[in-house]
Amino acid sequence: MRYVDEFRDPGLITRTAEEIRRLADPSRHYRIMEVCGGHTHAIYRFGLKDVLPSNIELVHGPGCPVCVLPMGRIDDGLSIAEDPGVIFAAFGDMMRVPGTHGSPLEHKAKGRDIRIVYSPSDALKLAAKNPDKHVMFFAIGFETTAPSTALTLMRAKADGIRNFSVFCNHVTIIPAIRAILDSPDMRIDAFIGPGHVSTVIGCRPYEWIAKNERKPIVVSGFEPLDILQGIVMLLRQLRDGAAKVENQYKRVVPWEGNRGALKAMAAVFQLRPYFEWRGMGFISQSALRIGDNFAEWDAEQRFHIPGVRVTDPKAAQCGEVLKGVLKPVQCKLFGKECTPERPVGALMVSSEGSCAAYFNYEHRKTAQLTSLGAPV
Amino acid sequence: MCLAIPGKILELVSEERRTALIDVVGVRRQVDLGLLQDDMPGPGDWVLIHVGFALSKISEQDAIDQMQMLTMLGEQDAAMEEVRGYGLNQAEEKDAP
Repeated sequence: MRYVDEFRDPGLITRTAEEIRRLADPSRHYRIMEVCGGHTHAIYRFGLKDVLPSNIELVHGPGCPVCVLPMGRIDDGLSIAEDPGVIFAAFGDMMRVPGTHGSPLEHKAKGRDIRIVYSPSDALKLAAKNPDKHVMFFAIGFETTAPSTALTLMRAKADGIRNFSVFCNHVTIIPAIRAILDSPDMRIDAFIGPGHVSTVIGCRPYEWIAKNERKPIVVSGFEPLDILQGIVMLLRQLRDGAAKVENQYKRVVPWEGNRGALKAMAAVFQLRPYFEWRGMGFISQSALRIGDNFAEWDAEQRFHIPGVRVTDPKAAQCGEVLKGVLKPVQCKLFGKECTPERPVGALMVSSEGSCAAYFNYEHRKTAQLTSLGAPV
Repeated sequence: MCLAIPGKILELVSEERRTALIDVVGVRRQVDLGLLQDDMPGPGDWVLIHVGFALSKISEQDAIDQMQMLTMLGEQDAAMEEVRGYGLNQAEEKDAP
């Protein structure tokens, strides 16, 4: 145990870890997927793998919005920024994600007007402040972020701000989980459900996983104790042959979600018939587009978008890692050509990407120990 | 980017536009309360903030725990950078001393 010791109530963590050991059947191998990138980050940071018995394998899921975006969408967004009248605004997480001809940051160095914003509403403010420019907000994120984009578009329309548009890449979590379960090379026993996405969508949408796929799912918080308690709840279900949705993160996640946020999304977005995910291919009804009543603010309708499909660099195995088929370290480029300092794939860029998390907490530790001559 | 940031509502800035002045460890910025319209929080309430929008009401203890967790994850600096960046990086209000 490393970071867990520093956290509050280590005694309770130890007791929960003991409970996990008691519940885990030694004759079974458990594959539990944490869907959310925030969980992946926490699992590595707190060294939670070290407190779990070896027959519990945590598989990292596709819940990192930067990581699942295919390179073609980044190229499409950047093609809009070629217009000198356009300000390309995006979250900081996007800035180092490689496109075919470089990341947004590299395009900025080439003279494109590319700005970091911390909120979609700030992109709208940027438009109001620059009436002679067009501000295009490159929107990414799951249901945690999509309602904020929706509300921003509602404000743009209400205030009549017309030099503003959104290039919408919002995706939805449930179809991604469904795609993983449909994938023939995947075997997952249970899911740790995402925390903050569920603040918006609630717990009800996961019920089909439990009911139709017979997989337990526990929506969990991000603290070490939350994640371990989530695993205890999953193991109890697996022991009892149960498959239901449980909410470990009740202090933040209401069962019904955030109705105001869901209403805002419904007012602005429509489901796309299909959308491409990095490494997972096209998944039906897995993403949002801007509805016709907001067409004027839809960058895909206002601008010509090349819409070219771009395959990832051949040597990079982001797709397999994203689906949990390969561990980050099993990718040929991991830690060699691809590092957080010089990322080849998106999973190495975001702190929620499993490659970056693995590199920062596992790989560096191993490298340090090796350099000290210690057995690892 | 899916980890939310806890903040305390100091005052409502505009009821019509549902904006509030919040404090995150001494940094004060305006956030949007529009997503909590069905259960509007008020001054003194704690909320979880994500990309400039309050996502849910939480207790003070949960707020403290969340900030401690961000610190433990090594994400506190990134979280504070995000909060400072709200409002296009221009402090609209004076930060607490």
